[in-house]
Amino acid sequence: MIAPNDEKRSIKKISRRDMLKLTGIGAAGAAIGASGLGGVMKAMGYDVSEPVADSTTASNKANFYGKHQSGITTPVQTNIYFASLDVLFSTKNDLQELFKQWTPLVVRLMNGELMVDLTTNTRIPTGDTGEAVGLDASNLTITIGVGPSLFDKLSIQHLKPAELEDLPHFPKDQLQKEFTGGDLCIQACADDPQVAFHAVRNLVRAASGKVQIKWSQAGFNSFPAGGGTPLNLFAFKDGTVNPAITDEKDLNKVVWVDKGWLKGGTYLVARKIQMHLETWDRTSLKDQEATFGRYRDSGAPFGKTKEFDDFDVEAKDSNGDYIMPDTSHVHLARKSGARILRRSYSYASGVMSNTGAHDAGLIFISFQKDPAQFTTVQNSLGRLDKMNEYVTHRGSAVFACFPGVQKGSYLGEALFNAL
Amino acid sequence: MAGCGNTDEAKKDKKSTEEQTETTAQEVDLSTELSAYQQFALEQMDQFLLETEEFVNLFKAGDIEGAKAAYAPARMYFERSEPIAESFGDLDPRIDGRLADIQEEGKGEEEWSGYHKLEHALWVENTTKGYEAVADQLLADAKELHALVQTVEVTPDLMITGAVDLLNEVSTSKITGEEEIYSHTDLYDFKANIEGAEKIFEILRSKLEAKDQGLVTTLDEKFKAVDDLLAQHATADGGYVSYEELTEDHTKALAAAVNQLGEPLSQMGIILE
Repeated sequence: MIAPNDEKRSIKKISRRDMLKLTGIGAAGAAIGASGLGGVMKAMGYDVSEPVADSTTASNKANFYGKHQSGITTPVQTNIYFASLDVLFSTKNDLQELFKQWTPLVVRLMNGELMVDLTTNTRIPTGDTGEAVGLDASNLTITIGVGPSLFDKLSIQHLKPAELEDLPHFPKDQLQKEFTGGDLCIQACADDPQVAFHAVRNLVRAASGKVQIKWSQAGFNSFPAGGGTPLNLFAFKDGTVNPAITDEKDLNKVVWVDKGWLKGGTYLVARKIQMHLETWDRTSLKDQEATFGRYRDSGAPFGKTKEFDDFDVEAKDSNGDYIMPDTSHVHLARKSGARILRRSYSYASGVMSNTGAHDAGLIFISFQKDPAQFTTVQNSLGRLDKMNEYVTHRGSAVFACFPGVQKGSYLGEALFNAL
Repeated sequence: MAGCGNTDEAKKDKKSTEEQTETTAQEVDLSTELSAYQQFALEQMDQFLLETEEFVNLFKAGDIEGAKAAYAPARMYFERSEPIAESFGDLDPRIDGRLADIQEEGKGEEEWSGYHKLEHALWVENTTKGYEAVADQLLADAKELHALVQTVEVTPDLMITGAVDLLNEVSTSKITGEEEIYSHTDLYDFKANIEGAEKIFEILRSKLEAKDQGLVTTLDEKFKAVDDLLAQHATADGGYVSYEELTEDHTKALAAAVNQLGEPLSQMGIILE
């Protein structure tokens, strides 16, 4: 550090302070806030003044505008890049500005367009980082939500829906703070990993100084030829009992919030679940199936032959034993009586530095009209779930995902109208 | 596509229109700014030479504590003007090379010279004995650098790229403690790099204001954020705490503040259009 009284080493620390005073922006941090983002966005060439329409000519495109946000009841894509962000500002105006500016950029991304048209000035970095050039929209969906901590940070607790609370501690949780919580989330799903990553990277970059990634997780899904439920890394079908994404009536029961500023929106629960592949792989097929309560290859529940066959969780065999073991994952989940829309992805992120085991598992995502639905299921699994032996929950977050956006509006408008 | 006269341009970008017509815009006159920066760099190099001489004298006199105290402050002059100092390919590694850099180039430890070798002598071996020739060579190299810098032609690119490069230096080596692995005086370099970038911004300020006041406001705010964070680690004697005293939360906060500064700083090139 420069000694204050040492002329020789003092560059201009004092003169800069004076300059700040002269230009009237001294310590008025809050006042600088809102204009700051606009400053960067403008300099980077983002045109955030006009609404952008969903392209009618782009191939493999999911629509942005609609009753609900995309990426919830959109057919599941092959890749996710999920990011939990912290905001660096403290006023609701900053938040509103951020969502107004993100909205047209999100549409452009979902159209498979550059974030900003190329300029001819090669002396500055390009406004779009460019790695999605030559790739189509890849059914990119972007789902944005707000976490409970955001309402405290912006002192708008009175608008926080009662349902939006950090999830309670569940038996055997081993949550690490580096994978837990967040003020905002961006869920980017696409049929191309680079398109999904590009979306998050560029939205975060466009909001430089306003948001910061707290944690993130890439994930993948692979679909059997001819369609069908994808397999997780334990080689079991994941998402069999989901409500049909076309059954609006059922979705209204399970997924969509029907009151308040979040009407038409939903709650997203994210859990980073490490799956202990090494121990799973040395478990007999019989025990693996008993862990789930389903046959691995057909996906049928115990005692049935087809994946979607309904089953009676209380049914017993002639010996009086449960047909579906009462410690199985499916038995306990069904018994809870609660339903959720699962939209999970697998991940494989190298090895655990302390054990050398695969750092792999599930970025579990579920949507529900009340996080309590998830809590009910998870509590039912509790300490009984035979699956506990093979998984460790390492991360957790909950977000309220805004309803859909109409053209001319912007993400989260209903929240700001409620202010 | 009005204004796009040829197919190459049309291919380059099918959406942008107005921008295309500006390709032939004249170079902006930055002569005042360029000479102001040259002046700054020369002053820094004057001081660098003086302080290096002082450091070398203390070192050769066997004054270990004195040399240690002079080490980091002397280096700050180099770090502030690094965009210029490092434009002389051979000299930069000779003065500022780390052992890891030398080995990466397939060279042996015997080819290692400069400040970091003396840093190793002072902090690890706790001696100056046997390093007198290295100290002499450092002073000779500093003199050569000083002479060469007089001839440097400052270009707009050097300034604008240099400002971002200074921050990149911070992001990739200072914030990780990999620059000063023996003395752990990384925060001095950190501060100097930031000051070097800030100087460039100050010199370009009026040109930037004419183009985009919002960007200037943002940069003021972001420089202040970095400065304020660094000030939290200042010591009473006007120095900085050892890098080893920083927690992961500290380095993370510093790194984030630098990144948030770097993004708008990289937009200074708008004045060239």
